[in-house]
Amino acid sequence: MNSKIKKITARNMTGKEYFYGHKACAGCGGSVAVRLALKVLGDKTYSVLPAGCMSAVGFIFPQMAFNSNAIISTFPGTASMLSGVSVGAKALGLKDYFAVGFAGDGGTADIGLQALSGAIDRNDRILYICYDNEAYMNTGIQKSGLTPYGTRTTTTPAGKNLPGSITNKKNLFEIIAAHGIEYAATASVGYPEDYMRKVQKASLCKGTSFIHVYASCPTGWGTASDSAIELAKEVVDCGLWVQAEYEDGEFKLNKNPKEFASVKNYLKSQGRFKHLNDDDIELIIKSRDLKWEKIRKSWDI
Amino acid sequence: MDRPKVKKWKRPTHIDEYSTGPSFEAGHLVDVHSGWRTFKPVVDLDKCIGCLKCYLVCPDGAVIRTEKKIDFEYDFCKGCGVCAKICPVDAITMIKETK
Repeated sequence: MNSKIKKITARNMTGKEYFYGHKACAGCGGSVAVRLALKVLGDKTYSVLPAGCMSAVGFIFPQMAFNSNAIISTFPGTASMLSGVSVGAKALGLKDYFAVGFAGDGGTADIGLQALSGAIDRNDRILYICYDNEAYMNTGIQKSGLTPYGTRTTTTPAGKNLPGSITNKKNLFEIIAAHGIEYAATASVGYPEDYMRKVQKASLCKGTSFIHVYASCPTGWGTASDSAIELAKEVVDCGLWVQAEYEDGEFKLNKNPKEFASVKNYLKSQGRFKHLNDDDIELIIKSRDLKWEKIRKSWDI
Repeated sequence: MDRPKVKKWKRPTHIDEYSTGPSFEAGHLVDVHSGWRTFKPVVDLDKCIGCLKCYLVCPDGAVIRTEKKIDFEYDFCKGCGVCAKICPVDAITMIKETK
């Protein structure tokens, strides 16, 4: 990043709250992602949210948790509405505005994928943030395209024969990068400084930017409400979540741990993975190692 | 004003009194969340080093940044305990609330 741009820290960031008084579950990781992003972007922000937790908890009439402009879009239309907001603001002659979208994993990787693909193709000046809690949480924990292998959800129950979800997580980051997008990144609410830096970087883009942020969900994952940030940190440390950036056509790894933390500890601390046996865990570790081998070979470390 | 304030609001009795159209006031709060919690965070300011980690990760924005250290906005704290867990010097403890 341009060294002239001042780094945003907890001390110098705005004290104004833009996502305040929402009704998200206690310890919600997704609301941390929304709150921090809006604080980085500031007053002149237009948020677009599709059906999902953040719109459900933010817009409960007469309680309006967004303290800047915000609108609910159709489920598949987050990115297309963002495009409209962005060009509309441009037509009005506004300057220094941001059009930002917050969609969940299902609203991005499954339902909203085509609109997002179209927006990246048009290269409208928008920032799309996908907060990934690894299932459709708002509707009652159904499996999404970003639910990892072995997760127990209400549509993929774990039993004698199946370990919950039997499909792997879609590689959303690389799907987005394959469009040749101006800027894409992955982050985690467990590393908030890194996440804020990426939001700031994305806000300086002239075209479309995308951030995929891992956001823990105590309700859907069967974890204690105080574990949200810790888990989001652990997932990075054990290698199941990769923090990376894509710009100028190159992948760049932000964090390359020499040694991974225990995958077993990470999985076993959550209700959604509690049923996994050692063979399943071995499988998860193997697919993690395979992924990292590829990354270390071809990405900029 | 850093945080929107809670306003008095009277629930409409007739459908005509409801706001119409797609727009509504930003930051329109009528309800607090202090009734959600069982435990509340209490900070020991002698131990607090003012690193503001809790301020960053509070899902509800209920940690107030004071000049050097922190305070809580108890009206909107849901008592999740994220702040107590992330505190590097264990300055925040979760205390059971009694009525």
